[in-house]
Amino acid sequence: MLAVAIVERVVWAVAALVVLGGALGVIASENAVHAALSLVATLFGVALMFVLQEAYFLAAIQVIVYGGAIVILFLFVIMLLGVDRFEMLWGRERHAWRRPLAVLSAAVIATLACVGMLATTATPTGAPSVTGKVGGPGDDIMAIGRSLFTDHVWAFEITGVLLTVAVVGAVVLARKPQRAPIDLDEFPLPEPEPDVLDDLDDPGAESAEPGDAADPEPEEEAEEVTSA
Amino acid sequence: MSQTAYLVVAAGLFGIGAAGLLLRKNVLVMFMCVELMLNAVNLTFVSFGRSLDDVGGQVSVFFVLVVAAAEVVVGLGIIVAIMRRRADATADDISMLKG
Repeated sequence: MLAVAIVERVVWAVAALVVLGGALGVIASENAVHAALSLVATLFGVALMFVLQEAYFLAAIQVIVYGGAIVILFLFVIMLLGVDRFEMLWGRERHAWRRPLAVLSAAVIATLACVGMLATTATPTGAPSVTGKVGGPGDDIMAIGRSLFTDHVWAFEITGVLLTVAVVGAVVLARKPQRAPIDLDEFPLPEPEPDVLDDLDDPGAESAEPGDAADPEPEEEAEEVTSA
Repeated sequence: MSQTAYLVVAAGLFGIGAAGLLLRKNVLVMFMCVELMLNAVNLTFVSFGRSLDDVGGQVSVFFVLVVAAAEVVVGLGIIVAIMRRRADATADDISMLKG
């Protein structure tokens, strides 16, 4: 019994180290890819803590959904956008007062969470469950399934609707727009490189009327292609 | 191992996530910090569910997971749409809706 307690303590310490170290890695790495990989470490540590608390199904789901799907999605977006370059974390900032204020508010949030949760630990406000016991008949998957499809079936249906809406929204958002949705006079596109312009510029084109210039050019190209 | 130990780790994880959300300006990393905070909440749910011997905590984690997945899908879609227009956009640059 003592050996079990020691093992649990050691596993908890390792998991806590991985969780907090990974979280610090997420917020302190200069490269978004490194941050995503640190996030994987944190998610695995949390899964380890789920196992320690006998939530085996959630541990598996945590690894599959978070580690397998969400982080991969993050990495896909990072690679797709090509933003995997290093950014300066400690350079100059427009509002220098932001940083200490941010750290201070985060510390206050963590302290409040600690105090709030530890104060309730002495006298838990909820009563022990009578219908959905974790240690009831069957394993934790059966208990979760029974609770999910009886007590929380309405929430389950709403979650399905939410996922459908999210998929449709993602498709609509990620589709390439057919025309520029923003007024280009107000937000002009960046000008192309001047040396490229010099190569393309035709000195004779300046004399032609702007309206006429658009039409003859494709015909000339077509004649060249047919003659060749 | 008492519930307290897990709650302290969860509070620390939530604090680190909040600090990252406030400190970083890369929108992708800010999203990851939101995930950290959601994970801290999940850990708290499981801890309290275990100490009260109620499976409701684990069911709540299930729902949080689904909502987090939906949030990531929509959020990354928005980020892709923003980045397509401006390659170097940080959270400070996306202020056109500012009043």
